[in-house]
Amino acid sequence: MIVPGMGKEGQLRLINSRVLIIGAGGLGCPAAQYVAGAGVGTIGIVDGDVVETSNLHRQVGHATSRIGMKKVDSLITHLRGLNPLPTYIPHPFHLTPQNAADIISQYDLVMDCTDNPATRYLISDICVLLCKPLVSAASVQKSGQLIVLNCPPTPQGALDGKHAPCYRCCFRKPPPPSSMVSCGEAGIMGPVVGMMGVAQAGEAIKILASALHIPPDDSASPPPERNLHQPTLLIYTYDLDSAVGPYSFRALKMGGRKKNCFACGENSTLTLEGIKAGNPNYEQFCSVPTARCTLPPEGRITAAAYHAARERGELTEHILIDTRDSEHFSFGSIEGAVNVPFGKLLMKAAAIKRDGTPASEVLPPGLGEADAPIFVVCRRGLDSQETVEKLKELGLDHGGERRIMDIAGGMKAWKEEVDPSFPYI
Amino acid sequence: MSDATEVATIPITVDFSGGLEMLFDNQRRHSVALPAAQTSGKPANIAFLIDYLCKNLMKDPRSDLFVLDGHIRPGILVLINDADWELEGEEAYEIQPRDNILFVSTLHGG
Repeated sequence: MIVPGMGKEGQLRLINSRVLIIGAGGLGCPAAQYVAGAGVGTIGIVDGDVVETSNLHRQVGHATSRIGMKKVDSLITHLRGLNPLPTYIPHPFHLTPQNAADIISQYDLVMDCTDNPATRYLISDICVLLCKPLVSAASVQKSGQLIVLNCPPTPQGALDGKHAPCYRCCFRKPPPPSSMVSCGEAGIMGPVVGMMGVAQAGEAIKILASALHIPPDDSASPPPERNLHQPTLLIYTYDLDSAVGPYSFRALKMGGRKKNCFACGENSTLTLEGIKAGNPNYEQFCSVPTARCTLPPEGRITAAAYHAARERGELTEHILIDTRDSEHFSFGSIEGAVNVPFGKLLMKAAAIKRDGTPASEVLPPGLGEADAPIFVVCRRGLDSQETVEKLKELGLDHGGERRIMDIAGGMKAWKEEVDPSFPYI
Repeated sequence: MSDATEVATIPITVDFSGGLEMLFDNQRRHSVALPAAQTSGKPANIAFLIDYLCKNLMKDPRSDLFVLDGHIRPGILVLINDADWELEGEEAYEIQPRDNILFVSTLHGG
């Protein structure tokens, strides 16, 4: 690892450093490999989950033979194989407002490799209060983001001159939960999240080797290289669809510490004691209630009851609409199902309202006008309920004459109640 | 605009990232000829652009994934020529020819 700018002094700083990796998943695994490989002396890993088969395509620190093992133990097993010399510290539970400060205070630098906004805000707040630099990355589907925060770290409320931003300075408010999807739910490309985890390790190694993580000492004047670098958000976009465009990296210029920041700003009331006592409430901050419809029981049928009715021959004439995306549909569907992806259906419904085209056009030709009852199934049972409402709103129920029902719980329920061999992915 | 021979427009590029492209015909980059002035006569700014995009470019009816209560929804960063819009005056920034405006939703997965 001897390259210009990285010599013995830098390597010694790495050996004497303590890094905390929060999350042993798609970001944490590749990040940990390179941090361990670089010879960081102490590596702590926080995660409360166990290894599952669906993790393995991206969480490269785990293995088929370790399915069911705690992720922290599985990852440390892998890291010891790479480099037995560092001290590895397992924290086999999730980070909470109650345990966060005790854990983070034992380390020099924090890597946020988590998968939810509530924990991201918690980590940043604790890092502000404890003066720890934070290397934060995130990734979902085909995009990734990376930003170095709070580095060099300066005390909460310090505003003279330029100071590095915290997570809240850059991302003041979380997105509404309805717009957020987890990796398990939305899917993720292994190489995309892997790239972000590796980039995170690169930044962490750089900060530690150049001693940027050490808070300024009042008695000594800061060395010249401590100047704040332009806070930069890296975004990586990867595309499978040539119609969308090629891959791209973009480095975006972000602002510094904000005077009115809730966490690091001038009149911040954020304290370690407050966080421990539940103030602010991270879960509440990140989950504004959303208005998703729930159909009355008579508008729904269980997967088992739908299957039984088919088996008994009671449903010879009916239409089954599957609103999953075509990629999911391509892996398998219930016999006779017609694929009408939810997004396309919404777009068609909007066009009908706007242009006054016949409402029946929301469904493929012939299906809208018919009298046969309609059943709607989706992946987990939410989009299908909205679809039922939408079809009724468009008058496809012929004023209540025609039955339009939701298959409760979607294809997930179908797998659980009817066909265990169904590939629910 | 029956009697006006032509409406003055500003050529700009608008990019969407982090999943927002889904709302705009699954296309990441759009060349837009933005009217140079708002109906009020004031020069086109970012707030006007956001409204214009909702009315003219968005193919998906789920506009609440882009705009909430008349403003860009929380969790979307707006970048003006690759700089956070907070460095440039946010909604009030007056759009210049050949500007690149990027809308990117913040990610939380990992």
